[in-house]
Amino acid sequence: MDPSSGDLAKAVDARTPLPGNHSPADTPGGIGSDQMKVQTMKLKASNVNFFYGGFHALHEINLQFSANKITALIGPSGCGKSTFLRSLNRLHETIRGARLEGTIVLDNENILAMNASALRRRVGMVFQRPNPFPKSIFDNIAYGPEINGMGNHQHVAELVEQSLIRAALWEEVKDKLHQSAYGLSGGQQQRLCIARALAVNPEVLLLDEPCSALDPIGTAKIEELLFTLKDQCTIVIVTHNMQQAARVADYTGFFLMGKLIEFDDTKKIYTTPGKKETEDYITGRFG
Amino acid sequence: MATYPSTANSRALPPGGRARSFLRRGQVGEDVAYLVTLVAAATIFLITSLIFYELFVQSAVSRQKFGFHFLFTQTWDPIAGNFGALPFIYGTVVTAALSLLIAIPQGLGSAIFLAELAPRRVSDSLTFLIELLAAVPSVIYGLLGIFILVPFLQARVVPVLKAVFGFLPIFQGVFYGVSYFSAGVVLSVMIMPFIVSVSREVLLAVPKDQREASLALGGSRWQTTWHVVVPYALKGIMGSIFLALARALGETMAVTMVIGNTPQIKASLLAPGYSIAAVIANEFTEAVGSLYISSLIELGLVLFVVTFIINGLARLMIMAASRGGAHS
Ligand SMILES: Nc1ncnc2c1ncn2[C@@H]1O[C@H](COP(=O)(O)OP(=O)(O)OP(=O)(O)O)[C@@H](O)[C@H]1O
Ligand SMILES: [Mg+2]
Repeated sequence: MDPSSGDLAKAVDARTPLPGNHSPADTPGGIGSDQMKVQTMKLKASNVNFFYGGFHALHEINLQFSANKITALIGPSGCGKSTFLRSLNRLHETIRGARLEGTIVLDNENILAMNASALRRRVGMVFQRPNPFPKSIFDNIAYGPEINGMGNHQHVAELVEQSLIRAALWEEVKDKLHQSAYGLSGGQQQRLCIARALAVNPEVLLLDEPCSALDPIGTAKIEELLFTLKDQCTIVIVTHNMQQAARVADYTGFFLMGKLIEFDDTKKIYTTPGKKETEDYITGRFG
Repeated sequence: MATYPSTANSRALPPGGRARSFLRRGQVGEDVAYLVTLVAAATIFLITSLIFYELFVQSAVSRQKFGFHFLFTQTWDPIAGNFGALPFIYGTVVTAALSLLIAIPQGLGSAIFLAELAPRRVSDSLTFLIELLAAVPSVIYGLLGIFILVPFLQARVVPVLKAVFGFLPIFQGVFYGVSYFSAGVVLSVMIMPFIVSVSREVLLAVPKDQREASLALGGSRWQTTWHVVVPYALKGIMGSIFLALARALGETMAVTMVIGNTPQIKASLLAPGYSIAAVIANEFTEAVGSLYISSLIELGLVLFVVTFIINGLARLMIMAASRGGAHS
C-alpha cells in the first residue's frame, strides 16, 4: 500500500554499514571509541518554547543530540524545524520580537548565557540556499578564521586548504582559489559554504535543508560528506526529503505544528514509528 | 500574423477569431510600448548630443583663438580679451573633492546607522528628513552659507584648523570667509542626502542570508556590517557617490555665493576662488563681444567634458570593483 515506507526502510538498511566504521585513531578532538559508545550528549534542549511576537511557534521541545552522530529533523512545512535549528545557535536573535524560553545546554554550558559570537563559532550553520560572499573562494573560507583572529596568514591559508579538503571541494577548486565563488555550480557553492563553516572548527554543524536547491548528484556528494564529517562534529540536519533523512541520519525527530511528536533511532522511526502522525507523514498521507 | 497557425479556421469560428484579435491587440501593445520606450531613450541620447554639439559650435571663436592653451591659462581678463579656464577648473575640482571628502564619511556613516542600527521606524522618518534636504533650493543653501556658515567657520572652525594643521599649505593665509573651503562645506551638505538615501537603500537590500552567514561564523554585528554588508553593497554606494559628485561639479548658485568669485589659483583652501558653473552664471549676462561669450561657452563645454570623464572613470571603477566580487 505504501511503497515509500518500504523504500525508506531499504534506504536505512543500505546505509547502516557506512557510519561508525571509521577508525577511532583518526578522530580529532580526543574523542575515543569508548566515549562514542557511551554516546555523550553534545547538545540538550529542555522545555524549549519559542515565540514570534504573540505566535507560539515551538511548544515544550525536549531533545538531545548525541556527539558525533547525525540527527535529522523532519516534518511538514511550517512546523518549526528551522525555528528550532536557529535557536540552537541563537540566530533567531536577529529577528525582532522572537523569544526563546527554556534551556539549551552545550557541553554542560547554558548557551543562553554564552557570548553569542563564541557560541556561533562552536555551533556552525549551513543554510538552505548556498550563500557564498561575493568574494573569492579563498576569501570566503578565510573570512571565519580572520574575524575570529585565528592566526596569521600562513595559518589561515592552511585552514582554507584543510577546510576545502574536509568539504570534498579541494580537488575541484585548488587551481582557482582566487576566482569568485559565484563562478561555482550550486552544489559546489553549497560545499563551499560547508567548508566555510568548517574553517572555524565548529563542534556542532547545523544544516537547514542544505540540499533543497541541488540536483541529485550535488545532493549525493553532500550526503557522503556528512558521513565523513561526523567523526569531527555533531551534525543536525533539517530536511524535507525523507529518503535523505533515512540515508544519512542516526536519529530522527519528527515535528508537527511546533511540537516534537517523536524522536528515535532513524531505523525505528521509519520501520515502526510509535505515533500515528509520524506514520502518516512518513507514508506520505499528509505533509 | 502568419505566426498564428489557425488563421484559416479562425474566420469560421467566431470565438477563435475573437481570441486572435485579442492576441493581435496584445502584439500591437507590445509594439507601441517598444516604440515609446525607444523614442524616450533616443530623445535622451539626442538631447545629450545636441548639448555637446551646441557647446562645441558656439565656442568656435574661443577655441580657434586659444586652442588647448585655454585649458592651461590662468588669466581671465575680459578687458584685454585674454581667457583661460584653469582657475575655474581648479576651483570646481577642489570644491567638489572637498565636499566629497566631508560628505562620504558622513553620508556613509549615517546610511550604515540608518540601515543597520536604527529601528526601522526611526530610520524611515530620519531618512525622510534627510531627503527633504535634497529638495531645499540651492539659493537657500547659499544664503545660509553666507549668513550662518561662513561666520561660524570664521569664528570656530578655521582658528582650530589653523592651530592644528597650520603648517599645511592648504590652511595658510588669511581667511576672509568666502573661499574654496566654505564652498566645499556648503556643497557637502547639499550632496550628503544623495549618499545617505541611496546608500541606505542599497544596504537594506543586502540579502539576509549574507548577514546570517557572517553571524553564524561568529562574526559580531559590526564585523558583519563592515566586512560583509558594506562590501556587498559597494557598487550601489559608489553609484550614490558619483551621483553626489555630479551634483557637486555642476552646482552653481550656492557655490557662487560663498566661493568668493575670484579667478585665481591658490594652494590654500582658505583663499577665495571661482568655479566653472559660477563664472558662467555670473558673467554670461554681462558678456560683450563674441570672444567673451564664446569663452564662457567653452567653459560650459569643459564642464560637460569633465563631468563626462569623471562619470566614465566612475563606471570603470565600479566595473573593476565588481569584478572582484561579481555579484548581481
Ligand atoms: N520571522 C518570523 N516571524 C513570524 N513568524 C515566523 C517567522 N519565521 C517563521 N515563522 C512562523 O513560524 C512557524 C515555523 O516556521 P519555520 O520556518 O520554523 O518552519 P519550517 O518547519 O522550517 O518550515 P519549512 O519546512 O517550510 O522551512 C511558521 O508558522 C512560520 O510562519
Ligand atoms: Mg525551514
